[in-house]
Amino acid sequence: MRKRRLLGLRARLVVAFGLVAAVAAISAGALTFREARTGVLQQSQDATIRQLRAQLNQRAGELALPPDEPMLRKFAQGMAANESQGSWRVLVTYGDLSGSSVRGDPFPEVTPAVREAVGASKATVFQRVRDDGRTSLVVGMSILFGAPDGAATATGVRVFLVVPQTTEQAYVDALVTAVERAMVAALALAVVLALLAARGVLVPVRKLRLATRRIAEGRLDTRLAVNGSDELADLSHTFNETAAALETSVAELREMEARARRFAADVSHELRTPLAAMSAVTDILDEDAARLDPDTATAVRLISEETVKLARLVDDLMEISRFDAGAAVLHLDEIDLAESIRRTLASRGWTDTVATDLPPPHAVRGRVDPRRLDVVVANLVGNALKHGAHPVQVRLSAGDAGAVIEVRDSGPGIPHDVLPHVFERFYKSDTARIRSEGSGLGLSITAENVRIHGGTVRAADHPAGGAVFTVELPLWRDESHEENPSWNPS
Amino acid sequence: MSRVLLIEDDPAVREGVALALRRQNHDVDATATGEEGMDRLRAFRPDIVVLDLMLPGMTGLDVCRGIRAVDQTLPIIMATARGDEVDIVVGLEAGADDYVVKPVLARVLDARIRAVLRRAAGSTPGAEGLPKIDTYGDLTVDRSGLTVALNGEPIALAPSELRLLLTLSASPGQVFSRQQLLEAVWEHDYHGDARLVDACVKRLRTKMSEPPRASRFIHTVRGFGYRFAAQ
Repeated sequence: MRKRRLLGLRARLVVAFGLVAAVAAISAGALTFREARTGVLQQSQDATIRQLRAQLNQRAGELALPPDEPMLRKFAQGMAANESQGSWRVLVTYGDLSGSSVRGDPFPEVTPAVREAVGASKATVFQRVRDDGRTSLVVGMSILFGAPDGAATATGVRVFLVVPQTTEQAYVDALVTAVERAMVAALALAVVLALLAARGVLVPVRKLRLATRRIAEGRLDTRLAVNGSDELADLSHTFNETAAALETSVAELREMEARARRFAADVSHELRTPLAAMSAVTDILDEDAARLDPDTATAVRLISEETVKLARLVDDLMEISRFDAGAAVLHLDEIDLAESIRRTLASRGWTDTVATDLPPPHAVRGRVDPRRLDVVVANLVGNALKHGAHPVQVRLSAGDAGAVIEVRDSGPGIPHDVLPHVFERFYKSDTARIRSEGSGLGLSITAENVRIHGGTVRAADHPAGGAVFTVELPLWRDESHEENPSWNPS
Repeated sequence: MSRVLLIEDDPAVREGVALALRRQNHDVDATATGEEGMDRLRAFRPDIVVLDLMLPGMTGLDVCRGIRAVDQTLPIIMATARGDEVDIVVGLEAGADDYVVKPVLARVLDARIRAVLRRAAGSTPGAEGLPKIDTYGDLTVDRSGLTVALNGEPIALAPSELRLLLTLSASPGQVFSRQQLLEAVWEHDYHGDARLVDACVKRLRTKMSEPPRASRFIHTVRGFGYRFAAQ
């Protein structure tokens, strides 16, 4: 999650905006810098060369040919002195003779290459020399005689001028600094814009995520506020429509389900009154059947038996309806579970047919609903006796989570395709099977009764053969409603 | 042979139950409404009332309270639909001695009627060889005359209340679980409804003017049940 956050939308937007801003600033800065620098330097260079040429034109006449060294020096000094700012250093050479504006100046800037270039050409030669962090402009030219026909002849006198370009350099440096600052500002602005843009996207996205989670939690009335008309607003709108559709269909489903359940409950309820009348008189039918004509007696007994079964089915249906409606109530009482199981078996005449492995009295006590525990044990044992084979064994032990009740038979076990469905209502593993004695709701009711206790029930095949149903029942829950606790044993 | 007043609104159920009870040698008077039932009380003088809780007009609960207002000792069995959980508790607290869940087989209803009537007739288990009249502080229990008096004032007890008090006081100090009491007093099986016991103890305490949280005679033993304290 954290790792994904690092590559999240926000980070990606910041990186993208930053990159775009940096590339734009760098290219704009570089172009500007190049143009400006060229312009500045060109301008100062042209000015210097113009000035030098003008001076030479003016002063060349002072020079006698061939000149001697003092004369060359004087010429150089005169040139340098004539420059207003006094930054010129001038070197004048004639063959091997040379004279400079500053005595003993070695003129390292005037490289042999420059000297050679001036010697070879009649044009002005210039070069920018960068030495020790200082940039200088070196200009070299030969002094020519102009003939009347326009041809020029070299006098052999060469003038070299070195001008430091500190002002220009400072100007260019300032330009670089300005470009750098502008770039930092542009980058900062880009990041801020990226964050704003991310926020503009992320806030609706976060709202959408929270809303989706709320929907997943079942709060189907969740809706988003739709602002603006961009794609996110469209998405929010679609979300709202989807949520509304979902809410409607879920509500419809629930309504249908509730109606179906109410219908089952109502049917059971309505069946109960005629059944109450019929149940009241079945004993009379049984008693008098012996005195009737054999066919009538059979019919009468049939009605009596089926009435009892129908009454039990309706009773089970009512019980399931109550579980469905959440109306089933636990009546907790502290009892000895081994005693309860013994009584369940005894009251149904199973004491001799079912083997038991029960702990000694009072070893496993707990707060349970005795009636529901009776239903659980009776249904499981009844199921084992009916579908399994003898011997059937009931085991009670104390586990970590509470009591563990195991009901095991010695039959063929439960087929694997049936296993996941054994607790389903009216599930019949064999559709062709003749109608069994139970209502088809016994194991469902067992499961519901265990669940309402906060326990679990599962069915499995025992490794040694036969089916085994295991109930885990928490024993100490809901200590709150003890009736009138006026005295406690201590 | 006992006189049963049956109050049941559904004609088929009324007819069926009345027919079945008559076959069990009871003298049955059946009425369709609570008002009629209340009217029949004095004329018919029933030994026991079988009362449907769901009645139009005056409800079963109203009838139960109405009967208790004029007769503290007349046995009452409520007939309820299972699931009327609240009504069962209210009915028991209103003074019903027992209840059956409809649909009920005639022999089950007959067994309940006979058990309640046995309670009314006395014969406490475990009471043999005990003195006929016991005195516990200001409480006097006459085991042969089946009367109870507090400070010399007789208390009118319904059969289940009387039987519960006789059972508990026969072994002072002994703790009875609700299941034991269900079997001994109501003749229900072990997995019967323990609320019968709790409601009956509550009624008994009220009639014996016991303070709700400091009962002198009937103590709640948390996690186990009840016991009678002989002061």
